[in-house]
Amino acid sequence: MSLIEITDVRKSFGSNEVLKGINLDVEPGEVIAIIGKSGSGKSTLLRCINGLETISDGSIAVAGAQLLDDEAHLKALRLKVGMIFQQFNLFPHLTVGGNVMLSQLVVRKTPKPEAEAMARKMLERVGLDHKFHAYPDELSGGQQQRVAIARALAMQPIALLCDEITSALDPELVAEVLAVVRELAAEGMTLLMVTHEMKFARDVCSRVVFMHQGRVHEIGPPDEVFANPQTPELKQFLGVH
Amino acid sequence: MIEFTIWDILRNLLLATRWTIVLSLVSFIGGGLVGLALLFSRLSRRKWMRALAKYYIELFQGTPLLMQLFIAFFGLGLFGIDVPAWLAAGLALILWSAAFLGEIWRGCVEAIAKGQWEASASLGMGRLQQMRYVILPQAMRIAVPPTVGFSVQVIKGTALTSIIGFVELSKAGTVVTNATFQPFTVYGLVALIYFALCWPLSKSSQILERKLNVAHRNH
Repeated sequence: MSLIEITDVRKSFGSNEVLKGINLDVEPGEVIAIIGKSGSGKSTLLRCINGLETISDGSIAVAGAQLLDDEAHLKALRLKVGMIFQQFNLFPHLTVGGNVMLSQLVVRKTPKPEAEAMARKMLERVGLDHKFHAYPDELSGGQQQRVAIARALAMQPIALLCDEITSALDPELVAEVLAVVRELAAEGMTLLMVTHEMKFARDVCSRVVFMHQGRVHEIGPPDEVFANPQTPELKQFLGVH
Repeated sequence: MIEFTIWDILRNLLLATRWTIVLSLVSFIGGGLVGLALLFSRLSRRKWMRALAKYYIELFQGTPLLMQLFIAFFGLGLFGIDVPAWLAAGLALILWSAAFLGEIWRGCVEAIAKGQWEASASLGMGRLQQMRYVILPQAMRIAVPPTVGFSVQVIKGTALTSIIGFVELSKAGTVVTNATFQPFTVYGLVALIYFALCWPLSKSSQILERKLNVAHRNH
């Protein structure tokens, strides 16, 4: 059984159908890059997996648990799948440590010493243990995004969704974030990432999904997808003729 | 004819000022509690709760406070319920303040970036946890200046309760005028006392606004 099963998922905003029947099964430990033009539905797909958008039709299951639109099911799902956003979305009123501990304390009801130990461990993993008492606005964008990764990891998810996590960063800060993601991939974390970093997708991912107009247009290992695109749309997207 | 000194007048006005202050505090605190309930129902996931809060706010913002006082005072009397002036005054002011505070606070909550809701949701927090630990701490910061500013409106609003016979500062002014026949002196002093209550609040609202805004620091 696959870890994430996406079956016939459709999503409409009003009369605008953004996802037109997506099928995708993700195995444990897979690293999947979702590429495509803006408006192709790739971010929407990711947000549906986490229940930030409700799907109009079809089904999504994570580790056997169905995605249903009530708070208990959503919560159970979100404990399994972490999400990292383009805009970091750290909590500005809390320190770095506070950010990483908060949901352990209030959602998992972990006692504070344990939550703090976990937070320090995860911050160490992203190389920011020394920023434990700093506030988000004292950090660079790259550091903020690494804190966001540590915050998601502290909930011990079985998969991570990354929604264009380097798109809001200055070019020189992209590498430090990607290095962390690369390490996670090497440790066997299941990752679904919407990305514009083609080189990264080629190096790290096990499969690449090319989305076009709300459908999975091409899918395959990066070697095939990048070296031998089948459809004119993907060729155009990759700039090969 | 008895002669009244300025001190006689002022002393009586200051005694009545106590009731203006008590009524203001009760209205503001009570209004804050009801306003908080309105805020939560405005942000509720249930449609009927959102609609209920919306109509409540529209009703109380769309009618004069004076009419609300009359209805609380005379309206309930029609049903044989004897409402003392202090109760009608307190009740009407609480409900009126709640409508405004609820709406001010909703604006503050909605000013918090959507990403904060999404990030906290993606970490598994329920709606109340999101509010309590993520949204409200940030919203409260922006809510302080307009909330303090609104307290000035509450104090001035209490003057209307004199019409239904609640003896606070304005009513005391009328009573003292009737005894002394010095309307200019008496109402001048009444105005000064209101000013002494309201001005520090307006001023501190301005100062707070500047302070909490400094360089958009979020902590």
